[in-house]
Amino acid sequence: MASITPGYDATLQDPHRNTGEDPTRRAPLVLGQLDFKGITDKVAGVALSWPAIWWWAIFLPSVALAGLFFALIGYLFATGVGIWGNNTPNMWGFPIINFVFWVGIGHAGTLISAILFLFRQNWRTSINRFAEAMTIFAVVCAGIFPGIHVGRPWLAYWLFPYPNQMAMWPQFRSPLLWDVFAVSTYASVSLLFWYTGMVPDIATLRDRCKNRIGKIIYGVMSFGWTGSSRHWHRFEKAYLLLAALCTPLVLSVHSVVSFDFAVAQLPGWHTTFFPPYFVAGAIYGGFAMVLTLAVPARYLLGFKDIITERHIENCCKVMLGTGMIVTYAYAAEFFFAWYSGHHYERAIFLFRLFGPESPGFWALIVCNCVIPQLMWVKKFRLNPWTIMIAAMAVNAGMWFERYVIVISSLSNDFIPSSWDQFAPTWVDIWLFIGSFGLFFTNFLLFLKFLPTVAIAEAKTVTPQAHGHSHHDEMTPRDWRHTDYRTDEDLGDNPPPRDTNPAPEGGSTL
Amino acid sequence: MTTLAAPPQPATVGDDAFVEAPSRPFAILAEFDNVTDVISATQAAYDAGYRKMDVHTPFPIHGIDEALGVRPTILPWIVLLAGLTGMALGLVMTSYTMGMVDAPLPGVPVALEPYPYLISGKPYWSLAAYIPVIFELTIMFSAYTAVFAMFFLNKLPMLYNPLFQSDLMRRATDDRFVLSIEAADRNFDEQQTAAFLKDKGALNTDIVNY
Repeated sequence: MASITPGYDATLQDPHRNTGEDPTRRAPLVLGQLDFKGITDKVAGVALSWPAIWWWAIFLPSVALAGLFFALIGYLFATGVGIWGNNTPNMWGFPIINFVFWVGIGHAGTLISAILFLFRQNWRTSINRFAEAMTIFAVVCAGIFPGIHVGRPWLAYWLFPYPNQMAMWPQFRSPLLWDVFAVSTYASVSLLFWYTGMVPDIATLRDRCKNRIGKIIYGVMSFGWTGSSRHWHRFEKAYLLLAALCTPLVLSVHSVVSFDFAVAQLPGWHTTFFPPYFVAGAIYGGFAMVLTLAVPARYLLGFKDIITERHIENCCKVMLGTGMIVTYAYAAEFFFAWYSGHHYERAIFLFRLFGPESPGFWALIVCNCVIPQLMWVKKFRLNPWTIMIAAMAVNAGMWFERYVIVISSLSNDFIPSSWDQFAPTWVDIWLFIGSFGLFFTNFLLFLKFLPTVAIAEAKTVTPQAHGHSHHDEMTPRDWRHTDYRTDEDLGDNPPPRDTNPAPEGGSTL
Repeated sequence: MTTLAAPPQPATVGDDAFVEAPSRPFAILAEFDNVTDVISATQAAYDAGYRKMDVHTPFPIHGIDEALGVRPTILPWIVLLAGLTGMALGLVMTSYTMGMVDAPLPGVPVALEPYPYLISGKPYWSLAAYIPVIFELTIMFSAYTAVFAMFFLNKLPMLYNPLFQSDLMRRATDDRFVLSIEAADRNFDEQQTAAFLKDKGALNTDIVNY
């Protein structure tokens, strides 16, 4: 058959590989001949067993760093923002750089869970839970930084509109207030999306947990989910609606974050180009973080057959693609600065190239534009070490990008007499490192206690999930999931239908 | 179709039901190990006149809604309504608090007075600048409603459910598909319904009491 057939790759030589390039064959998404029970056992086994040594080896330092993070916040509250390097004109400094860095990382999670869901990219099922958890914990880290940056954090609730005796309202025409709405909506809706998707899987843990206390906790957390088909019907509808709502939401969030810069008049910031540039950068950095977490986790958790090489390869491709958009954006920024004829605008971009912030700028070019080009080569997309090199480069590069944007424009505005350099203090640096401690503490707790892969969803992309009772009244939707080919069509190599039925509903991406 | 012999049963209500409570059946469960069988058994049960039934599955299976006779949920309409509410609230809140220059209005408490503030020469009523807030509120209201209304319509959280007494339900979140027919169904009969389900390919059946 020359045409594209909704089937699966029957010529799969190695049951643990699915990285074939033939676009007329759908690659199976769950390997190792896992059936429903196999998937449950693999995922629930991680949540219900005693954590391995590697888990402790990462968890304990992470907790220590998270403790340092909160201790430094305590020091900050007791002393004041003078312990940071922030000073006129660099009022934003590290806290806002870190905020944009972390909130950007979150975006890949929502892209995977919502946008790829709407696009029917079934390969998302193995990594969406994971990526959504990353979103939540990244947004937690992101939310703390502006919260402690307000100067008088005990009055941070003034950010929200509520009737008060001062007869004052927040300024709804300010991008900083838009941020409050965008980030709080994003954080809470992502949390709901993540938790809702997890309820059926927590019910699975409830039914498999041997420990009485665990049973009660999982029982309460799963709300009494019975897997009722009437419930699933509404659940699926709610999930689709949430995906449809999260898609514009995630695009709006980083657009609003970019408005913090673009609506200001500073050279280097005041450009309409910022929203798409920031969104692409956010997804770029987020996919790098997804890879940073997924590549080791699939080995450490034993999920090689669920988070397959093809999943990792797809993430690499998305990272490469968004990286090219970001590279284009850097080039376009320079063009706009030159084309604007604006003296200060041009000066800022010359400063970036050759000025005091140039080490940061060149670091970002190397990390974001050069090293990830490794991902063009398939061999490197399948090698965990090269993937990690590229992903780590992007993680660092995206932080430098925000550093360059924030610092270069703030330190050199329109009046040379008010120019000043920025120098972070040790508190700045350790708060940033500490935020990774908080992130990894949360993430490791998630890995240990919650279903790390969407168990129910992963089962729906196995071939056994599709009944064959409706062949006579086939809808286009059913057709997608059904193998039309007969064994004769497959020649001498028919699939072992009963023992290892056809993985359908895969992706050709 | 052969076993649909039982005539409609009158409902037991009041004291009789109370006295019988310890052994009163709640539902019968039938276990299947694949999607095709459970869909065809459900379709057969529906055709045989059973209505108060459900299928408990580890993941949503397609084709079961038709077999069970599940009608499309009204959830999207509720979400639409919530989204419009959020949008209206955002529009009113921003326009009123920023744009009402003729304040104070008579009878409005101080805490609810608008706060028009001239900044950078922008107009008081700057709709374009209000759009991010209105948009986020629309999404926030819709998304919260999608989740909470879904659980509400599903009557969850419901931490106790008689079905949990059965060991068959343990695997309904793992690899088995459990068809349950409630005792409240007018065609329910312990022996005949069990025989019917066995006939349709159930691996096991189980009676759950209240």
